[in-house]
Amino acid sequence: MNNSMIIGQYVPGNSLIHRLDPRTKITIIFFFVFIVFFANNLVSYTILTVFALSSMFISRVPIRFILKGLTPVWFLIVFTFILHLFVTKEGTVFFDLYLFQFYTGGLIQGIAISMRFFLLILMTSMLTLTTTPIEITDAIEDMLHPLKKVKFPVHELALMMSISLRFIPTLMQETDKISKAQASRGVDFRTGPIKERAKAVVPLLVPLFVSAFKRAEELAMAMEARGYQGGEGRTKLRELKIEKRDILVYLLFACAIAGLFLTRNY
Amino acid sequence: MDITFKNVTYIYQRNTPFAHKAIEDLSFHIPSGSFVAIIGHTGSGKSTLIQHLNGMVIPSEGEVTVGDFHLTQGKKPESMKELRSKVGVVFQYPEHQLFEETVGKDIAFGPENFGVPEDEIKRRIQEIIPAVGLPEELLERSPFDLSGGQMRRVAIAGVLAVKPDVLVLDEPTAGLDPRGQKDIMDMFYNLHKEQGLTTVLVTHSMEDAVKYADHVIIMNKGTKYMEGKPEEVFIQKDALNKVQLDVPEMVQFLNLFEAKFGKPIPFERQSIKEIAQSIQGIVKGAAPHE
Amino acid sequence: MRKKIIEFRNVSFRYGDEQPWVLRNVSFDVYEKEWLAIIGHNGSGKSTIAKLMNGLLFPQEGEIIIDGQQVNDESIWSIRRDVGMVFQNPDNQFVGTTVQDDVAFGMENRGIPREEMIKRINETLSAVGMQEYHMTEPHRLSGGQKQRVAIASVLAISPKVLILDEATAMLDPKGRTEIMSTVSEVQDKNDLSLITITHDLHEVVQAERVIVMNNGEIWDEAVPREIFAKKDELRKIGLDVPFVTILADELNAAGINIEREPLNQEELLEGLWTLHSRT
Repeated sequence: MNNSMIIGQYVPGNSLIHRLDPRTKITIIFFFVFIVFFANNLVSYTILTVFALSSMFISRVPIRFILKGLTPVWFLIVFTFILHLFVTKEGTVFFDLYLFQFYTGGLIQGIAISMRFFLLILMTSMLTLTTTPIEITDAIEDMLHPLKKVKFPVHELALMMSISLRFIPTLMQETDKISKAQASRGVDFRTGPIKERAKAVVPLLVPLFVSAFKRAEELAMAMEARGYQGGEGRTKLRELKIEKRDILVYLLFACAIAGLFLTRNY
Repeated sequence: MDITFKNVTYIYQRNTPFAHKAIEDLSFHIPSGSFVAIIGHTGSGKSTLIQHLNGMVIPSEGEVTVGDFHLTQGKKPESMKELRSKVGVVFQYPEHQLFEETVGKDIAFGPENFGVPEDEIKRRIQEIIPAVGLPEELLERSPFDLSGGQMRRVAIAGVLAVKPDVLVLDEPTAGLDPRGQKDIMDMFYNLHKEQGLTTVLVTHSMEDAVKYADHVIIMNKGTKYMEGKPEEVFIQKDALNKVQLDVPEMVQFLNLFEAKFGKPIPFERQSIKEIAQSIQGIVKGAAPHE
Repeated sequence: MRKKIIEFRNVSFRYGDEQPWVLRNVSFDVYEKEWLAIIGHNGSGKSTIAKLMNGLLFPQEGEIIIDGQQVNDESIWSIRRDVGMVFQNPDNQFVGTTVQDDVAFGMENRGIPREEMIKRINETLSAVGMQEYHMTEPHRLSGGQKQRVAIASVLAISPKVLILDEATAMLDPKGRTEIMSTVSEVQDKNDLSLITITHDLHEVVQAERVIVMNNGEIWDEAVPREIFAKKDELRKIGLDVPFVTILADELNAAGINIEREPLNQEELLEGLWTLHSRT
């Protein structure tokens, strides 16, 4: 069977970035998303870019994985760039193409906005590339903890997420098995008119649902047998802990923010 | 239909960092009409092997031939559907493939896909239902209301209704109780005999292999480890133990018997009754019965 | 006299008022530190017994007493601490995203402190030979390995009774042997009562006592040797008879009477040798 399945984008590693507390990563990225919009000149952009690129290099995630994360948004970045180039009429004309005049202002704005996009995406994919889904789940559970006071089911949500993560590979194997069984009974998933192919999904989906329900039922029974009675009074094995390295990274990030606000144009 | 594997290698997720060989340089020949048992541990390549038989996977290297169908990299048979109508596969826990509203519709699903006319399907269902040991009144019931053993029989009926020439069975009795196991295996064996099928059985049970198969292939780590008649393969205790397989209980006993009494009783797939008579001969000091 | 740990008193059960009875007037005891095997064909009611033992189901009639406590809504949480259970499907009882998370699950539910959890995870995983897999994800494990983790998870809460509800039914022979040897080791070391539920007569040989279920009723209750002697009746209720038993029977027919019903090949050979040396 397929044993090398990777859920999400996580690339295993042991770098400083990998070992950071997931809450640190989420917090920093959250603020990064905000302050990107404050950069407005070459120096401030450089500071953010240096921060983002150095975290990328420290993580030692191969460039091709990062580029893969960028592929769906490439188009958006290029599109924004071109849009700005055509629409903004500031600064001087640097290129005259018969009907269109391209202005330096448009060029600069185009670069700046695409850069913003690029940095945003790079940083958010740093989170998913270096953090396992289960760590993210733990961090979310911990960070949403205050919401418990307003009866928000934080523990249940986290448990649901972690069980889903646990069962993704199982259900993928199951899907593979059932589709092979139905293909052996003459179902053609690959060719034929769309309508036929859509119909071919029924013999795949029905057994998959039936089995998922059966699994859910058995799992619920097994959990109950093992003493599960909700989040009340539970202890946790997986522990999140802020270490020296987290503090160091927070400090570096604070420096970057300070640098940005000192150098940006007002 | 004859089945031939010629230097077959299969690699999962080829050209990725996760590539791994499930089968390596595998060659064997199964003459039409034989009953072959394929034995090996989880991960020995058995499942990948049988998926070649109806074109679920195409060999990465080498060639698989099933009757007139040739499967090689870059040259698939023109009609995969025709191949699949000739080779029926009963997967592990086949009841997981049931989906229709009624038992009858589910059994008809395969034949319909392969273009069997409606009245012919009806005729086949009438024939198959008693053969798999299901009462006829179940035809209008939902398959999901049945017991596990009955669901298994419905799923098997769905494969048999296509009338394949080759029947591939992937641990068809897993999870059944002893009587259910015996009933189902006896049923397959009868069909094999009556309809002259070529049967490929993947099993963990040496006992079943001794009882039903006329040819045995032992797989280990993606390669063919041993091959031959059951009575030849199953007496090689050391070779089998080496890949963590056991000889059938009967052979174990005969070995122990020889060690204790110093007189061999050769293993010839004889019945337990015959063994008892041979033992009687030795223990009582008379000449063993032949 | 050994202490009773589980008592079933005239227990009857069905899933609904219109449904047929799954168990009918079942009474038996399980003693401290004994190994009891419950055997029967699929649908004989044997798995229902397991689920009644830790309050996953409640009987309509009769009562069940676990270590002096009657099983009811109030007592189930303390009873589930005493009675641990391993189910049939290895996948559908694996809750954690890794082996150690799964072993921790039961302890987390009971609020055991983290330090203690880590200690017990190490102990129980090495007891079932899975220590080096503590960070492994379930889809990389074989069925037998998953079941060993399930046993470790139960041991981690140090129960008094361990129930294996057809825990080997979905495994290959290698996995089955692994589980059976793990289980007998664990029982020796932990002073547990062990209840194995199975349809495989091979798995009852090691048990001290066997209960045979048929159509929701207790069909027989005896030591394995006595059960094996009733081969014809066993076949009638859909159970298989081990090779040694059949051979002993055939020998009998051929005029060789083995004195004691053999449980395994060695015993049969011994019996034959005794006869042989007399002639």
